[in-house]
Amino acid sequence: MSLLEWLPWVRERRTRELADELRTHLEMAESDRIARGESPSDAAANARREFGNVGLVQEIARDRWAGMSLERLVQDVRIALRMLRRSPGFATVAVLTIAVGIGATTAIFSVVDATLLHPLPYPHPEQLVRIRDDLRGVGAEDVGMSTPEWQDLQRSGVFEYVSPTWFDDNNLTGLSRPQRVGILSVAPNYFALLGVKAQLGTTFDPADPAPGYNEQIVISDGVWRRAFGGDPKILGRVVQLDSDSYHIIGVMPPGFQAPGRTKEERSTEVWPAFGFVGAPVTTWSQLRSNHFPGAIARITSGLTIADAQQRIDALVASLQRQYPADYPPRSEWTIRLIPLKENIVGDVRQSLLFLFGAVGLVLLIGCVNVANLLLARASARGREMAVRQALGGAPSRLTRQLLTESVVLSVLGGIVGVAILFAAKGSLVRLVPASLPRINEITISWGVLFVAFGISLVAGALFGLAPALHVRRLDITRVLKLEGRGSTGSGEQARTRRLLVVAEFALSLVLMIAATLLLRSFWDLMHAPLGFDPQRVMMIRTRLPYPNDPKEDLYATAADEAPFVHEVLRRLRTLPGVEEAALGSSSSVPLNHPEQDQNVLRVVLENHAGDEPLFVTGAAVVPGYFHLLGIPLLRGRLLAEADNDRSPLVAVINETMARTYWPNEDPLGKRIKLSTRAPAWTTVVGVVADARTEARDRGVPVLYASIYQRSTKHLAIFLRGRFTPATITRQVREQVQSVNSALPVFGEATLDETVSASLAVRRLSMELIALFALTALLLASLGIYGVISYMVSERTHEIGVRLALGAQRADVMAMVLRQGLRLALTGAVAGLAGALVVSHMMSSLLYGVSPTDPLSFGVVAAALTAVALAACYVPARRAVRVDPIVALRY
Amino acid sequence: MPRKDPPTSCIELLQGTLDFIILQTLRWGPRHGYGIVQMIRAQSRDTLQVETGSLYPALQRLVRQGAIAAEWGTSDNDRRVRTYRLTAKGRTRLAAERSKWEQLSDAIAGLMQPPAVGET
Repeated sequence: MSLLEWLPWVRERRTRELADELRTHLEMAESDRIARGESPSDAAANARREFGNVGLVQEIARDRWAGMSLERLVQDVRIALRMLRRSPGFATVAVLTIAVGIGATTAIFSVVDATLLHPLPYPHPEQLVRIRDDLRGVGAEDVGMSTPEWQDLQRSGVFEYVSPTWFDDNNLTGLSRPQRVGILSVAPNYFALLGVKAQLGTTFDPADPAPGYNEQIVISDGVWRRAFGGDPKILGRVVQLDSDSYHIIGVMPPGFQAPGRTKEERSTEVWPAFGFVGAPVTTWSQLRSNHFPGAIARITSGLTIADAQQRIDALVASLQRQYPADYPPRSEWTIRLIPLKENIVGDVRQSLLFLFGAVGLVLLIGCVNVANLLLARASARGREMAVRQALGGAPSRLTRQLLTESVVLSVLGGIVGVAILFAAKGSLVRLVPASLPRINEITISWGVLFVAFGISLVAGALFGLAPALHVRRLDITRVLKLEGRGSTGSGEQARTRRLLVVAEFALSLVLMIAATLLLRSFWDLMHAPLGFDPQRVMMIRTRLPYPNDPKEDLYATAADEAPFVHEVLRRLRTLPGVEEAALGSSSSVPLNHPEQDQNVLRVVLENHAGDEPLFVTGAAVVPGYFHLLGIPLLRGRLLAEADNDRSPLVAVINETMARTYWPNEDPLGKRIKLSTRAPAWTTVVGVVADARTEARDRGVPVLYASIYQRSTKHLAIFLRGRFTPATITRQVREQVQSVNSALPVFGEATLDETVSASLAVRRLSMELIALFALTALLLASLGIYGVISYMVSERTHEIGVRLALGAQRADVMAMVLRQGLRLALTGAVAGLAGALVVSHMMSSLLYGVSPTDPLSFGVVAAALTAVALAACYVPARRAVRVDPIVALRY
Repeated sequence: MPRKDPPTSCIELLQGTLDFIILQTLRWGPRHGYGIVQMIRAQSRDTLQVETGSLYPALQRLVRQGAIAAEWGTSDNDRRVRTYRLTAKGRTRLAAERSKWEQLSDAIAGLMQPPAVGET
């Protein structure tokens, strides 16, 4: 009624008044009795007897007041806790089941929350996009953007700012030891675009008109502490990047990360501002066909991404008409605006959502299991419930109390789950592959906890529903007549429990099939021939400087670089334990390319009909590369020491490239240009077997040029032999720096490590799914065990009669097993249908196995059925051992 | 938060009857709890005995429903007592319950008559 009734002092006064009223009533009854001639002591006793239990009357009367629900809730919770304390075994199993479910769900959710749900930490993140150019006609994605295109976009009025982003390694010198840093060349408007400020100093002036590098850099908090010891007087200090001098104008705050697509770009440490028109790209920047890797932009406020996309589509169409030579219609050039967050998260989204779905299924199975336990308990407590109803307990009240019990259970489970999560947080975070975007944003925030609490409540209501509704349908008379028997398993209830077990089986089957498909994919991938031999190979990187003024470049051409390469190789071969040594460009490093640029060449084939752009991955290597990595020659010849800057340009291609570009021809002797503007033709002299150096799961066209003919700044040193990684790295550093003391030596890794790291994300999601599937299987077998043993105990009497009448023990056992089998098979059929749907949804996560792989489906269904039978075997044994004499006494 | 009364059972019928009886008693003027018990007993010639355990909850419920109002006063022998009186809403409800009750007792009286010959 009125809100006032909720106030404690109002309630207190009303309670006092009620007590007064009842006391007056008693007094009046007493004095009436005295008036009728009873003795005072008799009168008092009789009046009280007639009145009944004062406390009870008072409580029932108070029940009629508003706001009792809260008090009753507290009371119900207290009763629930007491009931749970009284059956600790049941409570432990139920709480742990829920704890595992909620803990795991919360863990995955915290990752989903940080990576997918949280807005990027910039003002108005919804206006931020990455601009991506695709050439759909030739299946080329993310091909980059040219300077004239960038200028067109900036003038379009669609964006407030557009900034190219060009990630590269660089050598930071002018310190005690050359450091390799990740640098991101950006337009001066980059920080204004993101809307972030420096913690120390300033960022660039967004209107800075300098055509080339403006000789200012902003550095990350990490490099400020690592390389400069957190020096507060760092502003204005001059450092060298590739022998060019820059002065530091600002230090970014600790949490700031470049919103990049790769892990390397996200760990950018130095930002130089670049006009993208001056040196070193003065001539290059005039052309529409020369691309830097990409750009980010802030859309003008008031425009949605869809609006902006529409206007950009129109712009693209008009540019295509204006420059038909640069944008041939067949290539279908398009510009897509991708929300910046989506760009960072990229393909992790699908894996994460898939994991979240899987963990949700585990939670659901856990709930079903607890529902089953509760139902079993409800039938054990049937008599208690019947008695309580017979004594006047309202069914609604009992229902509510049972629901409270299950919600208390699941909230306890949630608390335990989250507590475990907190305890294991450190080791769990270490499991997450470092390549996962936004990994440092993962926290168990209040939001995550709130969701965990919500999940607990919903889960509790979910599994509490069946037993709670059961109370309402309790046939009190029948229950009370079953004297001495505590159990009241009605047919309906048994049906519910069987249904729950079937559901559990179906859900587990879905999970197990998903896990099996992933496991097979992983297995196939792991055993897919690499095409190279990673054993005993160590890879160490270095990088030659790339000064802004080409005249200062010591290694401008292959001819300049050759002496360096020869000298380094000579020195490396003298190191103890080294059997072979080779050098190559970063694109020659198997399965690990931090730089996304310059690896893909747009090539021109001689006598090729058609104007569509053709792309291959280009690597520059020394002749010894193929032998060191064990890549076999199939046709023609390998590169030779004699192929140098004075001899004709040659290249070796891989099988996929031969098949793709010269499908029914001999590629040997064919001529190609390695860029659209290359002056000279390169002749194909050999074909090598495919080495899966680009991607683990598919062959990619690769062209290998000689490093003596095609210079490269990003160098990888390969060593095969017996040595300890730490020592060899130090020795390599000494040797390289004794040739040129300004070169950084970094990125050491054994090829074995690189190969296994390339599957890290896949491995983790496969392992997690497998873990979830095993949990599900365990829960489902517990479920079927529970139902069948309950059935056996219910039918003890019947089994006794059968045995007494001469039934064979084998028949009894078969009967029990048949029951279990029927449940398992029903579940399996439902599960197979569900698994078909799920496996198609996850087909992009699979490798080498079809989403409808009959073997996986069959084996998993059979295994699940076998586990079900095993779980039923224990109660079946018990059924067989029933002693008819004992059973018949029931 | 309005609380729903327990759903139907045999208790509901009794409560309905008790509510009706209380309202009927209060028709003759305000009365306190003990007075209501006494009056019901006297009027029904000791046939109906109302349990205090039912009476006070019923009174609280009727107050909540607005059918009766309670106020504190003093009794004939100077006791502080809470008396209840019918409200306008209570009168309307009493009229409705009364006609329902009369229908019911007519019907039951009808059932008591021996059946007319030839109808079996």
